[in-house]
Amino acid sequence: MSDVAERVKKIVVEHLGVDEAKVTENASFIDDLGADSLDTVELVMAFEEEFQCEIPDDAAEKILTVKDAIEFINANAK
Amino acid sequence: MVTPLGVGVAHNWERITNGQSGIRAIEHIDVSDLPSRVAGIVPSGDEPGAFDPDTVADAKMRRRMTEFIIFGLRAADDAVADSGWVPETDEDRERTGVMIGSGIGGLKGIAETAVTLEKHGPRKISPFFVPANLINLVSGHASIRHGFKGPNHAVVTACSTGAHAIGDASRMIMFGDADVMVAGGAEATICRIGLGGFCSAKALSTKFNDRPTEASRPWDRDRDGFVMGEGAGIVVLEEYEHAKKRGARIYAEIKGYGMSGDAYHITAPVEDGNGGFRAMRAALRNAGLNPEDIDYINAHGTSTELGDKIEHDAVKRLFGHHAYNLSMSSTKSSTGHLLGAAGSVEAIYSILSVINGTVPPTLNLDNPSEGCDLDLVPKVAKERPVRHAMSNSFGFGGTNACLIVGPAP
Repeated sequence: MSDVAERVKKIVVEHLGVDEAKVTENASFIDDLGADSLDTVELVMAFEEEFQCEIPDDAAEKILTVKDAIEFINANAK
Repeated sequence: MVTPLGVGVAHNWERITNGQSGIRAIEHIDVSDLPSRVAGIVPSGDEPGAFDPDTVADAKMRRRMTEFIIFGLRAADDAVADSGWVPETDEDRERTGVMIGSGIGGLKGIAETAVTLEKHGPRKISPFFVPANLINLVSGHASIRHGFKGPNHAVVTACSTGAHAIGDASRMIMFGDADVMVAGGAEATICRIGLGGFCSAKALSTKFNDRPTEASRPWDRDRDGFVMGEGAGIVVLEEYEHAKKRGARIYAEIKGYGMSGDAYHITAPVEDGNGGFRAMRAALRNAGLNPEDIDYINAHGTSTELGDKIEHDAVKRLFGHHAYNLSMSSTKSSTGHLLGAAGSVEAIYSILSVINGTVPPTLNLDNPSEGCDLDLVPKVAKERPVRHAMSNSFGFGGTNACLIVGPAP
């Protein structure tokens, strides 16, 4: 769990260029971290790459916060 | 401006009038299997006049842009800052437009993404792929960062792009669509597919790979093709009374603009040069000037065997006996050919020639080709009064543009 959370946060920090302290589990990519719709697509692609999993579009649409991402990956990643 | 000579107008002018070259061996990409291995490359790192992409946008923002956009934005930012124009009301913002084009746009990004698609499938295409590579996104980004809500447009006319952008934008002001237009061109195509494409078209110099600074040699008998360059040239055009009212520094006036089409061949210039001839003649008519009023021509002069001579002879026909009184040079001998940015970069050099009474040289002109007997300013800049300067741009597809600039009114 903690490993996945750390890796997710690292990706978010890198892709959105935000301060690590702001990347809390409840942070919303768009509302709290300044992402736009294209950024969220890119984030999902980065998660797929990092965790070697496929995130279908309907699941991706529900990944709105850091926590959503961590939970999806914990449930689905190999 | 951002050119192979460096960033900034003063820096460029100092280097170009000192006869310096921005052309070098290509080392940042593999060119071992390409016949042309030299280019005019924008300096980076610790070099004088180096371009630092961090001055344009942070790494996160830059993922949304390919290089031509980054060059274009730096040149646009510098031009806007120098103009001192900061629209403060909605009306001012709506009266300020942007018209920055490119000849080819995001060629590198398109090539790289094609590889991604082939290797990894469509799900791996970046969501930024389209906006990072679209030609009109220099205009788009410039408008977003500066809040310019007027006409937002982009010219795409190959190597005439920069000249058409300035000419068309000036007409938007004359037509009443805007009071201020940020206009010019940007290009960054020094990549394997870009070089390979122009090599296949037999357009690039291949005999001077071991002597890069000698590769671009307009009108010289040993010329063997153009040298690819990269960068951006952007100007701020403004309606005269608007500029005067706010006490703006006025560098020059756009006096005339002429256009023509060859209707002949996709890459070769029409043999009798009537395309360039008619564009120059149209610009003179538009300016209400006589041939005798032009003191300097910044030629298209790309260092190709056909094009240089054809342009030279078209100038002789149009200017008659006055052709021997004016000076004509090709600054592509210093910068290489910036394609879609060439026309606007060269318009800036032309403006500087009027302001400074100096015409930049044609480097490497050791032995002019037979019949090339005009003053082509070989190797060394020349001091002479320039009442009006003309800048020629001719593009693939047979698209020609000519600008005439004169001193501030």
